Parts: sequence; structure tokens; C-alpha cells
Amino acid sequence: MSTVAAAGYPRAWRKPPFFRNRTLKWALVAGAVVYLLLALASVEVNWARLSEGAGRAARLFSGFLTPDFVSRWGDIWQGLIESLTMTVTSTVAGILLSVPIALGAARNLAPWWLYGICRGIIALARVFQEIIIAIFFVAMVGFGPFAGFLTLSLSTIGFLAKLLADDIEEADPSQVEAVRATGASWWQTVDYAIASQVMPRLIGLSAYRFDINFRESAVVGIVGAGGIGATLNTALDRYEFDSAAAILLIIIGIVMLCEYGSGLIRKRIQ
Amino acid sequence: MLRIEGLVKKYRTGDAALRGVDLEVGKGEVIGLIGPSGAGKSTLIRCVNRLVEPSGGRIFLGDEELTAMSGGALRRARRRIGMIFQEYALVERLTVMENVLSGRLGYVGFWASYFRRFPPEDVERAFATLDRVGLIDHVDKRADALSGGQRQRVGIARALVQSPELLLIDEPTASLDPKTSRQVMRLLLELCQERGLAAIVNIHDVMLAQMFLPRIVGLRAGEVVYDGPADGLTPEVLTRIYGEEDWSKTGPQEDAEDRHPATPMPRVDEIAAEAP
Repeated sequence: MSTVAAAGYPRAWRKPPFFRNRTLKWALVAGAVVYLLLALASVEVNWARLSEGAGRAARLFSGFLTPDFVSRWGDIWQGLIESLTMTVTSTVAGILLSVPIALGAARNLAPWWLYGICRGIIALARVFQEIIIAIFFVAMVGFGPFAGFLTLSLSTIGFLAKLLADDIEEADPSQVEAVRATGASWWQTVDYAIASQVMPRLIGLSAYRFDINFRESAVVGIVGAGGIGATLNTALDRYEFDSAAAILLIIIGIVMLCEYGSGLIRKRIQ
Repeated sequence: MLRIEGLVKKYRTGDAALRGVDLEVGKGEVIGLIGPSGAGKSTLIRCVNRLVEPSGGRIFLGDEELTAMSGGALRRARRRIGMIFQEYALVERLTVMENVLSGRLGYVGFWASYFRRFPPEDVERAFATLDRVGLIDHVDKRADALSGGQRQRVGIARALVQSPELLLIDEPTASLDPKTSRQVMRLLLELCQERGLAAIVNIHDVMLAQMFLPRIVGLRAGEVVYDGPADGLTPEVLTRIYGEEDWSKTGPQEDAEDRHPATPMPRVDEIAAEAP
């Protein structure tokens, strides 16, 4: 101790600052605060309209207290079946298409031209939000669940292929190297060294995407792509808030079930 | 058996890892390759099985020129060259048996390997090899459930079921404790003798190299600066390989403490180049 003190080393130390220039730092902070205040001030709030809408919101919420499962049960049941069919088929189709695209979009597996094509497909599938894609497909193939199936399959590719490709790129290269060194072919190397590393993530993501797809199936229904969303839209248009509440409660229930199920699956693997 | 002529490797960044290496390994001969980190030891052995693409020079395995091969011919040549890695490089989530059977991938078709339906001779060979390295009781365990020494023996078994003529061994003991290191080295040497295998062993540990390997090749900055018997490693020679240091104090004691950390992997050419 005493020798250290005797050597006269400094007793204070500070982390090097991120901004070397203090003026620049405070100018940036002040700029951000001013912008935030101006932005908040520019948001117009129509208080009259708000109080009017409050009554309608109250009616909607009171509908939740008295949900009516019975009077529209036929429609609700048909919508549910459509939505679940849409979810299952689009998730399966999405996974089947995502895996080869993800292999092509992984820089460590694919030659550059294939990488470019597959990353392009992924980017295209991710550019537009589901609703916009749904409107496009409804215009193309007409109202109904087929448009919903196409929409959800496409957005599943955008989601799953991208995350899977990123995961493949992060796979441990030494395992790949070791399998290659045995004289294994490209496909065998993917099967042994890559698949075993990314499988838990693929399963987890697929389960997660399944419940996203169910939720989205309710949303895309509103723009005419069939399913429970279409039923919900009809109920709201007719001001049948009790039936709408019943539909929302069913959606919440199913989403929670999916969430619980995918949680269980993710816990089982690894 | 293995003949390397004027091997050069320049990475795309411009660093030269190997500057004209000549080396000959006889049938059944086991050599130790020593040298400081970054001398090009790992690059050298990866050029042999073309995990790293050489920039110049030629490599012959028997009469065949490895550097002239591509596609199926290269994969068939790789079957004859077993490789053993520093951090074992086992496929962690697969069972011990799957890891060992992956040594047969070059011999079976895709679907047979996909459904894990290997020919009975291959399965028998895998069991026999696991028994030889003392892991017959761990066949169905996942690779990540084993200890370091056990994993390295799985790695050895994987290389052996290839029925190779040559083993490339990259720092087999760098991740192991001193006692396990010696056991693994002894096992490797025994196996090479039993099967008449030639081997190149990259090794940091000069003591261990001298103890087990009769012929030592010293690499420095991508060039061979020593090639001779292990007892020829005088302080002058060590200085030529590693640079100035007081070599008289290298005893077994210090050696155990001064274990070299894991070396970074050389930049292996991506498998993308081999995509169908």
C-alpha cells in the first residue's frame, strides 16, 4: 500500500467521455428536447370528439361484461374455423418455403449470387405490413381466406427466413469445418453441422410464428381476407358490441393458449 | 506419403501466412509442428485438406495431387485425411455415436446419412473405435455432456472411423489439463502405431512435443526454420523458432502453469464455395 502511495500514482480515474466536445453534447441534448416539445405541441386533440367517443367506448367495454356468444355463434364458428385453417396452412407453407430460402440467405453457406437472390426475396416479403399485402392479395384473388393464406405465408417467409438465416450465419464454424473435413457433401454438412445447431431456434420461432399468424389472421380479415377478422368487422359495423366482445374474448383465449403451448415447446427443446 | 512443395498462402487482407513451405511426411511417420502463435501452423494443416485454399505450391497425398482436385474428387481425398481439433469441434447437440458416424459421411449417400442408416460395417467400426478410445459406455450421450478429455477422444474416434492414412492434428492438448494432455498424446501415438498412420501434430507445448514426437518441424512467420530430431531442439534452435527467451528455465513445472491460450482459428474458406 505505502509503496503505491509513495510512487505518486493518481487516485482518481474517470471513464473516457463518449463525446469529446462538451458543447456538442449539450447542443444535441437541447435539440432533442426542443424537438420533442414542438412535436407534442403539434398533435391536435379534439376534446369534443373525444368526449363523444368516450360514450361509445363505454358501450364497447360494457359489451365485454355481457359478451354474447349465442346469437352469432354460427358466424363466429365459421370465422374461427377459417382463421385456424388459415393459420395452420400458412404457417406450414411458410416454414417449408422459409427453410430453403434461409439456407440460400446465409452468407456462410451460399455463393454470393444465391445469397443476393434469397436476401432480396426476404426483403421483399418484409417491406410491406400484413394489411397492405392482404389488400393486394384480396384485389388479386378475391375476398376470402385464400387471400389471407397467401398474405400470412408471405409474411411468415419474411419473418422466419430472415431470423433463421441470421441464426445459421451465427452457427459455430468449427463444427461445420469438422464435418466438412470428413469428406461430407454440402447437404450432409448442412444436415449434421448446421441443422443440429439451428433446430431448437427453428422450432421455437415456428411456434412463435404460429401464434403471430393467428393474431394476424384476425387483422387481415378486416380488409376482406376472411376468417374471424371478417366476422369481427361485421359485428362492429352492425354495432353488435356484445358479439364483438365475444369474438375478442375468443381471440384472447386462443392467443393465450398458443402462447402457453409455444412456451412449453421452447422449454422442451434446447 | 505426404509431400508439400513450395506451399504459399496469402490471405485476401494481404498477410502472408505461409511463404514457401516444403515438407515431406513418410508413411506411418508422426511429426510435431511447433512455432509461435500466428506462425501458420493451423493454416498449413488446413491447406492439406483444402479447408483453406492455398495460394501457391503443390501438395501430394501418395501419387495424387490434392491441390489439383475439386468437387467429388476432393471429398474422396478428404476421406483419407482425418482431422482432430483443438476445441474438439464436435457437433454439440448430436450424440457421441452420431459424431463418430459423421466420420463416415464421405462414404455414404445423403439419404442414408439423413436417416442415420449407416451400413452395418460402419456401425460396427464405430462401436469398435469407441471401445478402443474407452467410450463404449457413452454411445448415446450428447457430445456436450462429456468432459474435455472424453470429447477429444470422440474427436479422435471420428477421425479414425474415416479409415484415414494421414491425421492432421491441430493443438490436440491446448484445451486440456497437463495429465489429460499426456494421456491424449499417448493415445494418439499408440493409435498411429497400431494403424500405421502418418500424422502432423500442431503443438504449442515444446516439452510435450519432445516427450512424444521423434521428429519436429519448427515454423516461424510462415517458413520452416527447423526440421530434425526432437533432441536437436537446443536453446539456439528454440530462439530461432520463437525468438529470444531464457530457455534454460523451461521445466515441466513452469510448463504446466504457462499453458498457452487457445489460438484464434485461421480464416477458413467458407463452405459456400462448395455449394451444389
